[in-house]
Amino acid sequence: MTTARKIALSLLLVICGASVAANLLAPVPYAEQFRDLPGSPPSTKHWLGTDNLGRDRFSRVLYGSRVSLLLAPTAALISTLLAACIGGAAGFLGGRIQRLAMWTTDLFLSLPWLFLLLAVRALLPLNISPQLSAVVTFSLLGVLGWAASARIICANSSSLRNSDFVLQARASGLKTPRVLAVHVLPNLAPVLLAQFWISIPAFILAEANLGMLGLGVAEPLPSWGSLLRELQSYSALSFHLWQLVPLLLLISVVTCLQILLSNKELTA
Amino acid sequence: MTKRIAKHFLRILLSLLVGGLLAATLVRFAPGFEVDERELDTRLNQQSIVAIRSERVAEPGLAQFYLHYLSRLLHGDLGVSRSSNRPAADLIRERLTVTVREIGIGLVAAWFLALLMAVPAAMRRDTPFDLLFALVTGGLVSIPAGVLAVLFFLFSWPASLAIALVLVPKVFAYARNLLARGYAMPHVLTARSKGLGETRVFFWHVVPTTAPQLLALAGVSVSIAIGAAVPIEALCDQPGIGQLAWHAALARDLVLLVNLTLIVTLVTVVANSASDLLGAAMQRGNA
Repeated sequence: MTTARKIALSLLLVICGASVAANLLAPVPYAEQFRDLPGSPPSTKHWLGTDNLGRDRFSRVLYGSRVSLLLAPTAALISTLLAACIGGAAGFLGGRIQRLAMWTTDLFLSLPWLFLLLAVRALLPLNISPQLSAVVTFSLLGVLGWAASARIICANSSSLRNSDFVLQARASGLKTPRVLAVHVLPNLAPVLLAQFWISIPAFILAEANLGMLGLGVAEPLPSWGSLLRELQSYSALSFHLWQLVPLLLLISVVTCLQILLSNKELTA
Repeated sequence: MTKRIAKHFLRILLSLLVGGLLAATLVRFAPGFEVDERELDTRLNQQSIVAIRSERVAEPGLAQFYLHYLSRLLHGDLGVSRSSNRPAADLIRERLTVTVREIGIGLVAAWFLALLMAVPAAMRRDTPFDLLFALVTGGLVSIPAGVLAVLFFLFSWPASLAIALVLVPKVFAYARNLLARGYAMPHVLTARSKGLGETRVFFWHVVPTTAPQLLALAGVSVSIAIGAAVPIEALCDQPGIGQLAWHAALARDLVLLVNLTLIVTLVTVVANSASDLLGAAMQRGNA
């Protein structure tokens, strides 16, 4: 492991650890308002100051990181599973099914992902709870983000279909489900794992964009997307570095994930 | 070639029909479709709210809506936007020029910057330049498009450059790898070892072998640019198609959403097909 990857892994572990332990580390609940201190600078009581509604920014960053860092991998898992089912089955079965599945994949890929996401997310009811909105947002990311992975998995599954050991397994009378479970899936595992890891930073960034457009996780539950909305009221004249902490944290996590992903086994 | 073009044309047509139906289905059956934000307006009395709800009930079902929409589309009528009460064709026409200009400038700037970095990086791999460019693009890809939009808005920089910055890392990464593969080909290595100038090697040997894949990448970059235009136009307050899509999504404007989906699908499918056909023609020329 290179030094850069060691540093990236350590930083990622620290950020993940801090967000998981948000209950213990946060000085106050994320929704608690200090109405006499709206938009205050950092102090001994509020390490990163307060937002415009007087809520402790440090607590919100900790809880927001937890929401983004726990739900983005969940969304990645959903999209990878969908891609594995669609791409894996299409590649293995071949013929018309493969052509139809790939045409559907192309159709999904031809629509810009964020455009589709924006349209679907905006059509959800207005009165859903913040927790449900977080789950729904990340589930949508997972459900709509399978297409690119499916194409890669389909290509791999298709090459496995024609491999010697699969042909031998079929010739010896093994049923298709068993061939899939015993021979195809274990060989697809590295590709699936790579697609899972690649999806995480993409989903973190997509949630941030949705949050900035007001279509992400609903208030008062924080996420990196909703925390970045604060930047819209940011003025070039009033330069407050502490307001940039959520952005720096997001950039650090995405960069760390990319450094870890630069491993050749994952990018293959 | 004619057969290939006809096949692409059929694919485009089918993609448009299914893409439009998909958009209409998603919108029509979304759990919040029946909800109208106007109902939350405390100034409205009960009668007004009942009238708004009855408007919704009077709207046709999905199949009826889509068939009716397609028949009108053949006559050039895109319907009326429910949120702004104006013909959808007018709204789209007004905003299309803004988006086309922004995406056009963004694409040109992105490709110029990406190739400016990718060519030297591919020519001299694993050098400090290569590492520097990888770091710059790696940093850019970690910034959400929305944050770039806010920064560009604050400093009054052109929104098209924000689109370019979203595209640069993606185009750079693929272009660098494609060019590096081109430089590693045996005939290119031979040409370089025989002392051919770098410019000649690049234009005579590397570009012809990598052009089809670069063209395919150009097609994909159009789709990425449209996706990036949505948050950038919305947050930079640019009156383009991206901003219109955002407003249409928030207002649950089915007519406008279906039209915009069809336009976006048309642009991306045509761009991909054109790059595919050009790439195939180039490959035949090389052979």
